[in-house]
Amino acid sequence: MNLLKLNINGQDYVKAAPPSMTLLDFLREELSLTGTKNGCNSGECGCCSVMIDGKPMLSCIMLAVEAEGREIITIEGIADGNDLHPVQEAMVELGAIQCGYCTPAMVINGVHLLENNDNPTDNEVKECISATVCRCTGYTSIEKAMHHAADKIRKRNHG
Amino acid sequence: MVDLTKGYPDKGYKIIGKPVPLIDSRAKVMGQALYTDDIRLHNPLTIKILRSPHPSANIHAIDVSAALKLKGVKGVLTGADFKNTFGVLTISKDEPAIARDVVRYEGEPVAAVAAETEEIALEALKLIKVDYELTEGVFDSKTALKPTDRPLHPELGKENNLHKKVVQEFGDREKGFAEADVVVEKRFRFASINHGFTEPHATQVEIDNKGNITVYSATQVPHYLHMAMAEVLEIPQHNIRVVKPHLGGGFGGKSDPFPHEMIAAKFALELGRNVKIKFSREEVFFSHHGRHQTDLTMKLGFSKEKGITAIDLDTLIDGGAYGSFGIVTTYYNGVLLQGPYKVPNFRFHVNRLYTNKPMCGAMRGHGGVNPRFASEVLLDMACAEVGLDPAETRLKMIHKENTLTTNEFRVTSVGLQNGLKEAIRRTKWSERHGKLPFGKGIGVACGFFISGSALPIHWNKLPASTVRMTIDHDGGVTVYSGATDIGQGSDTMLAQMAAEVLGQPLGNIKIISADTRITPVDLGSYSSRVTFMAGNASRNAAIRMRKLLVEASCVLLDIDPPVYDKPKAPDNYFRQGGRKPDFEQGFLGANPDYADGFTFEDGLIRCDSRNVSVTYLEAVEKALECDGILQTSGTYRAPKLGGNFKGAGAGLSPSYSFTAFIVEVTVDPETGFIKVDKATCAHDCGFPLNPLAVNGQIEGCIHMGLGQALMEEMVYDNGATQNPSFLEYKIPSAFEQPEVDIVPTYSDDSEGPFGAKEAGEGILAPIIPAIANAVYDAVGIRLTQLPMRPDRVLTALAKEAKEAQKKEPAHE
Repeated sequence: MNLLKLNINGQDYVKAAPPSMTLLDFLREELSLTGTKNGCNSGECGCCSVMIDGKPMLSCIMLAVEAEGREIITIEGIADGNDLHPVQEAMVELGAIQCGYCTPAMVINGVHLLENNDNPTDNEVKECISATVCRCTGYTSIEKAMHHAADKIRKRNHG
Repeated sequence: MVDLTKGYPDKGYKIIGKPVPLIDSRAKVMGQALYTDDIRLHNPLTIKILRSPHPSANIHAIDVSAALKLKGVKGVLTGADFKNTFGVLTISKDEPAIARDVVRYEGEPVAAVAAETEEIALEALKLIKVDYELTEGVFDSKTALKPTDRPLHPELGKENNLHKKVVQEFGDREKGFAEADVVVEKRFRFASINHGFTEPHATQVEIDNKGNITVYSATQVPHYLHMAMAEVLEIPQHNIRVVKPHLGGGFGGKSDPFPHEMIAAKFALELGRNVKIKFSREEVFFSHHGRHQTDLTMKLGFSKEKGITAIDLDTLIDGGAYGSFGIVTTYYNGVLLQGPYKVPNFRFHVNRLYTNKPMCGAMRGHGGVNPRFASEVLLDMACAEVGLDPAETRLKMIHKENTLTTNEFRVTSVGLQNGLKEAIRRTKWSERHGKLPFGKGIGVACGFFISGSALPIHWNKLPASTVRMTIDHDGGVTVYSGATDIGQGSDTMLAQMAAEVLGQPLGNIKIISADTRITPVDLGSYSSRVTFMAGNASRNAAIRMRKLLVEASCVLLDIDPPVYDKPKAPDNYFRQGGRKPDFEQGFLGANPDYADGFTFEDGLIRCDSRNVSVTYLEAVEKALECDGILQTSGTYRAPKLGGNFKGAGAGLSPSYSFTAFIVEVTVDPETGFIKVDKATCAHDCGFPLNPLAVNGQIEGCIHMGLGQALMEEMVYDNGATQNPSFLEYKIPSAFEQPEVDIVPTYSDDSEGPFGAKEAGEGILAPIIPAIANAVYDAVGIRLTQLPMRPDRVLTALAKEAKEAQKKEPAHE
């Protein structure tokens, strides 16, 4: 067991955990931050995506100890209280959510894309969405939601 | 944003027919929705399953002593701990919770461990010694048909591995083929495919100090799981409560009771501890239950005047080790060809075989997808041979409203004609079909599907769905339903029903669903039954509630309550064989009118004729005065349907959906790669209750159909799964998903809730042959094997080139 100190959603957590523990297990099992999903546990489906130092990464193939000293944002840290991020808002409005299991990862990836590029091309949106397996939507509504979110973010950024 | 109600009639509804985001989408987008594995029980044990590395073996002995000695191990189960086998169908309960004496597929559970931690459980699995005697397996349908002295299921008393054989014949097929202008015949082969839902199977069991268990499970069928569990665990149903938390996709893959659910419950009961189990992705693929690997030969007769004159179908479906839904699949492979066109002469012969592979079962479009591919490709060939336009021809052939099919399915509402016409117009079909440059193609195909199975799996006379509804002192409405929201949005649909009838905002309706202790029985999410059946039940409960509120309002207003007409059949109700609809037998049944001369809106209940009103809350308070509780129930039961012959029940549904696709493709003759550029879809789901949700289903079906068409296949080598991961089992990404154009298409189903029919499954089947027909239009090859991989395209192109060379005179 090691004593791990992780900064998650702006909060420091100190917990004893075996060095072999993945970041995903740390989030879900130690902290009950269950918004981050475990769809394959081997880096294939993308459902476990979290933001680390501003970039989406797969928490199921990353050790918790590797995340020490870095800024971790999970789906629980995306909305501002009850105020949804524009990506979340757009996904709700455009029906881009069915079973919802891939949704947190789609949001993480979408936020990363659009906070860095509020005028993405179709290809950039597709690339962003391709990081996560969705079996319900066919991606069509998610793509539309990302473009709609980009509109919202442009308005927010540029008035 | 696009107005999704455009193109549909305005019926004056406030919530029905409007694009409504699913009511749980906010929780999901914030990561707050709890799925089975997200639930935190007090101090649970972790369960791991030891799975057989062999597809076919006898188990001589299992030594679990070393595992039991490991510190932290609390229990080990083997096949000897379970007496009763189970299965979703009462007629094929052939699956053990843990293999006993015999292993029938690679990955079958042979033992299970419950331990304090996952690490200990995994360590314990390594200490279990299984003495296997490897036996010769059977890995394909043809071999499985041959006589053997060691069938997989000797208990059936058969001399081979046939699970189910269905032969049905209607009309005179020889006469039908004689009447045809052209007869086309081909052999088609289909790989087995997996549902690929993102949430792996998971179950948690909580036990109280009286031996009652609460089973949280990722299941589409809490009710059937409840029943199966009572039988396998040999305890009364009232000791078991099954709860379905949020569910991460099912598509049919979670519609059976599963071994791990039995194992988890058994551990909880034996050890008196809470337990949890979650599958790895590999285990999901090993458990499978996906679409059957299929080998079929179909012959289709076509007449320019009469349309299809006959179909003759011979099919082998590879069922894998156990029955699952297989008997239904066997029937569906034949009977679901009875639409969308008339087939006057028809024979099918389907055999489902047991093999030493993971079992196949229900998957979106259940049983209808593969034969649909064959019939739509053959129809395209027939049209090409006689020089008819395949889209216009189909348009003429689609069933008219209120017809009986040859096998006596009662087809009521049909609204596809207008949708297909519009799709033809939008895609500029007639200017483009057969006229695009080499490599570009456009193709069409149609389909049809049941809107709920009319018959229950467990034969009884209870309603197919019951909803309980209450209104609290503050006017909040709660809908209690066993219907299982698996991500398709059935909770939202139930809420829409209540909100519309009671004139309440959606936010005032709370849904409690899929909890066998609290919610009345609904049979589950399968066969596209939920909107039609649970929707009607919710609507009927709301109508009864409305009546109570109107009566209370009348007391307050000191006026006479309205005189209600006895519920009666809608004017266009189609009675099969003169049978009465059920609501004349004391039930509200399907779709009675609820016009009562009152308007519920803006928090008021108004008597229209007198223009006087009370507030909704005043009426609620008055209605509560008598019993202190305001509660109603509503039910749905299908009318009596079907012909009078063996197997007539298969495929009976109170209504059917209809779909057409026009698909545009680019085929690269150098690489053999097929790119689907655009899919135009017309789907008649009756009146769409929520166009946002309906469109989501259409887009999702396109994705899944595209996957089966182009890339998805379970690969087995002598029974060993070769691709049990998302890296090796390819599903389409956002880059493969085509541009989608959804043509507003509707009918007004006289029995569906607010005129609605299914929108979840029927859409999937026709996109696959539409792609194949577009490929033919693009490069002139008929692909008959799925998936249409680039290597198969290249092989077909080379063969085509060779044949063309033979036909043409040799160059000098």
